[in-house]
Amino acid sequence: MSRAQTLVSAEWLLEHLNDSNVTIIEVDEDTSLYEKGHIKNAITFHWKNDLQDGLIRDLISKAKFEALLSKNGIANDTTVILYGGNNNWFATYAYWYFKIYGHADVRLLDGGRKKWELDGRELTIEVPAVIPTRYVAKERDLSIRAYRDEVINSIGTKNIVDVRSPAEYKGELLAPAHLPQEGGQVAGHIPTAKNIPWSQAANEDGTFKSDAELNALYAKAGVDFSKETIAYCRIGERSAFSWFVLHELLNLKNVKNYDGSWTEYGSLVGAPIEVGA
Amino acid sequence: MRTCGATPGGPDLAGIDLSQQAVIQGVVLRDGTSDAVPNGVPVATGYVRLLDSDGEFVAEVPLNDQGQFRFFAAPGNWTVRALAPGATGQVTARAEYGRAVDLTISL
Repeated sequence: MSRAQTLVSAEWLLEHLNDSNVTIIEVDEDTSLYEKGHIKNAITFHWKNDLQDGLIRDLISKAKFEALLSKNGIANDTTVILYGGNNNWFATYAYWYFKIYGHADVRLLDGGRKKWELDGRELTIEVPAVIPTRYVAKERDLSIRAYRDEVINSIGTKNIVDVRSPAEYKGELLAPAHLPQEGGQVAGHIPTAKNIPWSQAANEDGTFKSDAELNALYAKAGVDFSKETIAYCRIGERSAFSWFVLHELLNLKNVKNYDGSWTEYGSLVGAPIEVGA
Repeated sequence: MRTCGATPGGPDLAGIDLSQQAVIQGVVLRDGTSDAVPNGVPVATGYVRLLDSDGEFVAEVPLNDQGQFRFFAAPGNWTVRALAPGATGQVTARAEYGRAVDLTISL
């Protein structure tokens, strides 16, 4: 993959807002922002209500994913453009999710909602009409998803990248500073994990840094590009952002998002944990 | 301070137990260009970033309709940086338990 296949600019999106084979989706943890204003013709997915099973802790099933996309007028050959607030955290999570279920053409609006707003671009409250489809998903591609046992077995062998803030990594906080402090039962990080906060891969306006800057960032932090890599955070959305950088922009093979992340790992009985820098 | 009808400073603190929280909050104003709003008008479209003493990103929130923001920080020194269409601005603040730091950031 490359930037041309995975990212679109605001200029590109403005030219394709009305294309019948393009579906724009705003994805976030707080869809009230969508109701206040969104990009023309965008629909919205709620990170939790639409994309979490709700009963068991997991992605929604293939059948539910097919129903969600069918209901929202997305066909197998639709070009899906994702964007959101929070520096595209939840939009990149949805990107990873669409890849899990094998969607062919999914791309991210570089800079997301923030850059769109800071550039003074237009938002609307009109909700587009959709014509339902019959979407057929593929079986889950688990080559981009890590589970807890693989994570523990990767300590000391694979790159483990902790993309949370330094305070969370060190064990001083359990969640980002603007959110309630909930998550794992104990604080800290997975032994041997390198702390490379997601934010270091992004510019202030939410766009991704250049490939040269990104390569330098991970190399300087000690990531061995010849090894497999697992990224994690607290609930798997910030690590989806860093997974996107490593797997989609830098084209590294064998990069997985551990979406169980610290909420799961920090509650496992007997799992090894370290604290401090 | 007169701010075009907006409540000066950050959001209402009702319901927040300050003894347990090191709150940094405030309002972002665009410099007034008319006598009617000498202290500027609230910036309703924009974002505020909380940076730690090393300049490392810690959190970001969108401004509300009154141009206000709030962080639950840890005690210590912070930089609070506002981004709005066509303008940025930042101030430093020292947070501590038991007291809400109320900031005005002018763009």
